[in-house]
Amino acid sequence: MEEILRIDHLYKRFEDMPVLKDINLTVNKGEVVVLVGPSGCGKSTLLRCINGLEDIQEGRVLLEGEVINPAGKTANKSRLKTGMVFQSYDLFPHKNILDNVILAPMKVQKRNRAEATEEALRMLDRVGLAERRDSYPRQLSGGQKQRVAIVRALMMHPEVLLFDEVTAALDPEMVHEVLNVILDLARQKRTMLIVTHEMAFAKAIADRIIFLDEGSIVEDSAPEKFFEAPETERARRFLSTFRYENVK
Amino acid sequence: MGFEVLFKGKNAIRLIAGLGIAMRISIISVAISIFLGIILGMLMSMKKPIINAIARVYLEIVRIMPQLVLLFIVFFGISKMTGLNLSAEASSIIVFSFWGTAEMADLVRGCLLSIPAIQYESSKALGMSRLQTYVYVIIPQIVRRLIPLSINLITRMIKTTSLVMMIGIVEVLKVGQQIIEANRKASPKAAFGIFAVIFLLYFLACWPISCLSRYLEKKWES
Repeated sequence: MEEILRIDHLYKRFEDMPVLKDINLTVNKGEVVVLVGPSGCGKSTLLRCINGLEDIQEGRVLLEGEVINPAGKTANKSRLKTGMVFQSYDLFPHKNILDNVILAPMKVQKRNRAEATEEALRMLDRVGLAERRDSYPRQLSGGQKQRVAIVRALMMHPEVLLFDEVTAALDPEMVHEVLNVILDLARQKRTMLIVTHEMAFAKAIADRIIFLDEGSIVEDSAPEKFFEAPETERARRFLSTFRYENVK
Repeated sequence: MGFEVLFKGKNAIRLIAGLGIAMRISIISVAISIFLGIILGMLMSMKKPIINAIARVYLEIVRIMPQLVLLFIVFFGISKMTGLNLSAEASSIIVFSFWGTAEMADLVRGCLLSIPAIQYESSKALGMSRLQTYVYVIIPQIVRRLIPLSINLITRMIKTTSLVMMIGIVEVLKVGQQIIEANRKASPKAAFGIFAVIFLLYFLACWPISCLSRYLEKKWES
């Protein structure tokens, strides 16, 4: 198996508050890793460190053997190995859907408009939104916007996709359409790191579950094992928050 | 109705020339205000305590002081204090720019801060440089928010130039008064006609700007 992402002894602090403590993680090509844990456990911050959006105090993040350094001159280039999709619909409101998707390919990768448009329409079609190419973000539903945001990230041909609670701000009926897109990506053997609170989805898509608590990796196991027989008390407690006692 | 005085001598042309002076003062002041206001607004959005403290005092002075008082301070006060002989027109441009820069800076600051951080972050995540992020993502959004607001400021500045007659500039309103005075006996109703025409002139100066703003808002909405 080919290793694609490696995190060595990563420490991250905000001011004096430790957020991530000694994170060690390797991810292989084609692997789908789901990060779960209570809010504030550092899972989103970990994704942001991988994307180089956060500076780190100790340790290093390697993508295909190359160190990600948020302050470095090549930061923008090395960042392109990862594609990040955020929780809030972060499309550019002044541009239509097609322009949202092809802006970075044209400006950053210097691809020509015709070629970028062709690929964009193919990908938009795959998520069922090709006919909305001329719409503006505000005319789309949350789920549609999030699907466009995924396409926009894919257009840069990243090696690793990072999903940061992409369905957390969506209405329940829209969660499904977005998660289906991500399942489709898993079928294409994309390497993905996914932060989510959708446990059924995590179970369905993950090759590995990473359970984070208070800034540390507490468990790293196969989904069947994690959900059926978690090793630690903390993971059991976390999983129990998704179950409800029957009171009838 | 008093409109006949308009056609006496060069009265109509004098009125329009008066409007020209008012427009010249406004256009120069607006240009200076936009330029300096954008720079100051960007500085203010950086949230540096010293810059913000100075800017706040400046903004408060502009808000509290009536423009007329500012005009008197600059035109009479400064020339008395420093012996500098500022022309009335230069004084009014200074005052209007002083006022416009403050308001423009506040608008720019507000617009800059209203752009959510995620817009910067998602541009960064797509590999865009700082410059590319500003040029393709941030500035277009700011301009769209800023134009309707700044057009409101521009029309207010144009209207307020009527104050400059108080420091001796013969702009459209002063010309109007002179015409009314001169024709007091011959056409006692001139006041109505002349002020109606002045109303129309101000309207013609400001209305196209408002139309442009509405047009741009519509265009960007779709």
